[in-house]
Amino acid sequence: MTLLDPTISPVALLAADTSSRELLDEFSKREIRRAVLTAVAVPGYQVPFASREMPVARGWGSGGLQITLALVGPEDTVKVIDQGEDAGVNAANLRRLIADTTGVDTTTVAGEATIVQTRHRVPEDALGDDQILVLQVPVPEPLRGVERDMTELRRMHAEGDYARMWVSLYEDLVRNGVITQTTGYPCLVGGRYVMATTPIPRWDIPKLHRSAHLSLFGAGREKRIYAVPPHTDVEPLTFDDVPFEVERTEGASCHRCGAGSPDSGVESFLVELPGTEGGRWVCSDTDWCNRRLSSGMVAR
Amino acid sequence: MTPALRVDGLGKIYGPGTTADVAGTGPGFNRVVSPTSGGIVAAWDVSFEVGPGEALGVIGESGSGKSTVMRCICGDEEPTTGSIRLASVDGGGTDLRTLSPARRRALRVDRLAVVYQDPAEGLDLRLSAGGNVAERLTAAGWRNFGRIRERASELMLRTDVPLDRMDDPVREFSGGMRQRVQLAKALANNPPVVLLDEPTTGLDASVAASVLDLIRDLLEELGVAAVVVSHDFAVIEMLTQRVVVMHHGRIVEAGLTDQLLEDPQHPYSQRLVGAARG
Repeated sequence: MTLLDPTISPVALLAADTSSRELLDEFSKREIRRAVLTAVAVPGYQVPFASREMPVARGWGSGGLQITLALVGPEDTVKVIDQGEDAGVNAANLRRLIADTTGVDTTTVAGEATIVQTRHRVPEDALGDDQILVLQVPVPEPLRGVERDMTELRRMHAEGDYARMWVSLYEDLVRNGVITQTTGYPCLVGGRYVMATTPIPRWDIPKLHRSAHLSLFGAGREKRIYAVPPHTDVEPLTFDDVPFEVERTEGASCHRCGAGSPDSGVESFLVELPGTEGGRWVCSDTDWCNRRLSSGMVAR
Repeated sequence: MTPALRVDGLGKIYGPGTTADVAGTGPGFNRVVSPTSGGIVAAWDVSFEVGPGEALGVIGESGSGKSTVMRCICGDEEPTTGSIRLASVDGGGTDLRTLSPARRRALRVDRLAVVYQDPAEGLDLRLSAGGNVAERLTAAGWRNFGRIRERASELMLRTDVPLDRMDDPVREFSGGMRQRVQLAKALANNPPVVLLDEPTTGLDASVAASVLDLIRDLLEELGVAAVVVSHDFAVIEMLTQRVVVMHHGRIVEAGLTDQLLEDPQHPYSQRLVGAARG
């Protein structure tokens, strides 16, 4: 009775093919790549795809993970960040998962990566035309807040009928005096489709506009992939007389590298360290901050 | 002169049935349901014109096809046959039915406005009064917040909606005030043609009278072409110069409002006027 043999795992017996450690078979990869190509061809348009089961919960990066797994080849180097940080629990786990199942090289240096998978941030350094940014998207539908009916949503996108999106911005301004939407600010891509930029902060939106790199957005739970090809307009929706503004905290600067202080001459997206009275701030992009420190650009 | 709105041979059959079934229906047969197929001939052979600055009344009892005609004109329903032309679209040379659904819907932004009996149909009750107007303006390409506010306030003033309520959600408004907001929204982009479907039905008498006064003033002032659908003679008499009487889906009589109400010719019109005048 082999099943009772303690040296052989029953799972191994049940598994058909144990030679590959990959999570996606070749057909699945091809299907995802096709969706990616369609997305690149129609900037900002949400392409449906058959989201596979991943060993992470849906809504925890399964969309971005599938894109990365479908794209990586032997010559690729992958960087994974969460809130700008390579060492975040989710980022570290996803990076290990990708490396273990595909054998791809990993890095924390933005400039060395060919694929940067991210949740919440775009790296502070501009990416080049040989790099791909993969974003993990929880809610791909920018109009979800103003309309729930899927058929109507499709019609609105098809006809470029975004009046109600504008009205939601109007109402926000009337009620609060400012546009309160922080992450996921709606943007018009290539002058045609309105896209959700969830979950990146407003700070990162200008980095998508006419960028050299390709941005791919994957929503595993909602089964959608969309893209911003290189050199494509990404314009935040805003009224002519109400300028789009990125987040800034007055007087805050990174307590490690000094970014954000007047004499540093550079700015980065800062996050407040938890449990520090009066507020101690640090760069959200830890790799960028570390490199500033180690390169001696900053006098400590 | 080109009429602002021209409707020719409009017909709408619901359910099964073809144009062949029209024969057994209408006022002459006292029925709209085809005896052969069971199809409902809600409207048939409806033709009329409305000039700029003119208001045409469509009157008839419930089920006579008035609202069907209106819904076919504005695009809420697809008519079975007939043509609809607007002077503002290709000088009246194009039948709106040949336009794509998207272009058809786009006409509602600034060419052809509708005021429904139920404000919930024409408004988003979750939005503020100003937001509802802003929806029309942004659809027409307005992208300046200050100017949108300005235009919305102007319309609120014009439709007697208190300015300090402009930023309150419409769902908190009374029926009469909702109807005023609906008017403001309909008129936001100065459409040359406005369709009003029972605009004061459901409002109590004093509120209805004030809304009616407002509509009359607006029609006179803005010089729009209007089609007013109502079962209420008081509304038709107050707002319109010409009227068509509908019965079982057909127009049975047409004429000047004053004359028709004083001296109806068709037996059904006589009954209708008789009933209203008591």
